[in-house]
Amino acid sequence: MSDTPLLTVEDLKVDFPTRKGLVQAVRGISFSLGREKLGIVGESGSGKSMTGRSILRLVSAPGQVSARRLEFDGIELQSLSESQMREIRGQRISMVMQDPKFSLNPVMRVGEQIAEAYRVHQNVPQDEAKRRALDMLRAVRIRDPERVYRAFPHEVSGGMGQRIMIAMMLIPDPDLLIADEPTSALDVTVQLQVLAILDDLVSQRGMGLIFISHDLSLVASFCDRVVIMYAGRVMEICDAKNLSAARHPYTRGLLNCLPKIDGDGSDLPVLRRDPEWLEHGL
Amino acid sequence: MTAMITASDLNVIFGKGADRVHAVRDVSFSVTEGTTFSLVGESGSGKSTVLRALSGLNPDWRGALTVAGKALTPRRDKAFYKLVQMVFQDPYGSLHPRHTVDRILMEPLAIHGLSDPDRRIEQVLEEVGLGPQFRFRYPHQLSGGQRQRVAIGRALILEPRILLLDEPTSALDVSVQAEVLNLLQRLKAERGLTYILVSHDLSVVAHMCDELAVMNHGAVVEAMDVGLLKSHQPNHPYTRQLMTASLGYDRAAIDRFEDFGLSE
Repeated sequence: MSDTPLLTVEDLKVDFPTRKGLVQAVRGISFSLGREKLGIVGESGSGKSMTGRSILRLVSAPGQVSARRLEFDGIELQSLSESQMREIRGQRISMVMQDPKFSLNPVMRVGEQIAEAYRVHQNVPQDEAKRRALDMLRAVRIRDPERVYRAFPHEVSGGMGQRIMIAMMLIPDPDLLIADEPTSALDVTVQLQVLAILDDLVSQRGMGLIFISHDLSLVASFCDRVVIMYAGRVMEICDAKNLSAARHPYTRGLLNCLPKIDGDGSDLPVLRRDPEWLEHGL
Repeated sequence: MTAMITASDLNVIFGKGADRVHAVRDVSFSVTEGTTFSLVGESGSGKSTVLRALSGLNPDWRGALTVAGKALTPRRDKAFYKLVQMVFQDPYGSLHPRHTVDRILMEPLAIHGLSDPDRRIEQVLEEVGLGPQFRFRYPHQLSGGQRQRVAIGRALILEPRILLLDEPTSALDVSVQAEVLNLLQRLKAERGLTYILVSHDLSVVAHMCDELAVMNHGAVVEAMDVGLLKSHQPNHPYTRQLMTASLGYDRAAIDRFEDFGLSE
């Protein structure tokens, strides 16, 4: 791992002004990322997705993003114009969303969508883009890439759709991939197979990965480090392999309330929320 | 111990010709009164279809189903719904958005002509851990966990003996899931209910049930006592693969995953 981090986030805030006052979705969080797998875990409403979106400037109005530092590979992202940001988005940082059903264009063949993602950033002829797209489909272990290239999104399964999304996001060869619940809609075995593909591509290409999820045990086994978020704040950042030794009561509470296969079936401990957590983040 | 629910050679087929889908294949099981039976499987395994055939939502099935000793017909009478109620997966979709909690709970009482609705509504709200202050709220004023409590309350207000639970916690955060699972366990103990729980989550199943059947492509691949699952000793390779997968990410184990197709 290199010494200079790929991404540095300092004091990131996302606010939504509403009629009833300001809703603070993210309340000043800081973390950095190298060429590693960083998990962001939290319950619904904890601000984990907003964190991922604000890095790519995808928070739509009236949301307001501010940060003391939002630095990617030596570039301060906040100082870029919208057109400079478009150069970064997709090509250097890309994002995989939760549900392929809503992220793919329903009236365009999936192969053409992948080739388009390549041609937006590279000035290459159509057949070259097609060849790259087929290679990419093979890289995400789709068995019959020629057939899938011609398929429409409704003709592929959820697991295959998510692999197609990953192929599309990885074809410009980004340095950082943000995956927002990329496998939550999939069956467990398919979920793990898709993660294995991500894992291999991350290690082969030396990418950084931000993996946003609500599934603490999955993140603990998949990522290198974990950021635990609650109510827009970071509660704890720890090494994934030491998660079972986490100290923060929120992390402990989340771990304890999971049912276990070899548990004794007695009542599950219920998470008690401390109002203090809203005031003090990391 | 008496069998509360039995299914023998249950088959469900959707569509005709090229679109024919054999969704449930010769499924048989028996559920003892006062216990929880689980159907486990991945999407498309037919586990929810079994539940929908049992609950009367899907009248097109073949085979034999009995509940409390009586054989079921495709059409069900009111007495059946007094005995069997269902809780659905998505509490955001299963409550009428423009009905208050009061009206949601009142409807089953009105249909079945039960007396003293006021007392029953207050009592059931209390039992599912929502105070009387929730009675006149709309679903959009409630969190996901509170909505699922209302859905459980709506099922319980008829005082059924059987609850059919279709992934009751998979739309909820883990901390809320723990609360809802505890609630279901407490209600079962207090009222001697019989549950059928459909889930894809082996750890939820291990926590809740006494016996389970693992389904794949519409057929039961393995039926077992929960003890076997808890001691990590299921017999069928498909069940073992599911169990490995639910234990978390393990790069080496994933390469050994097999595709379990139809076994005719």
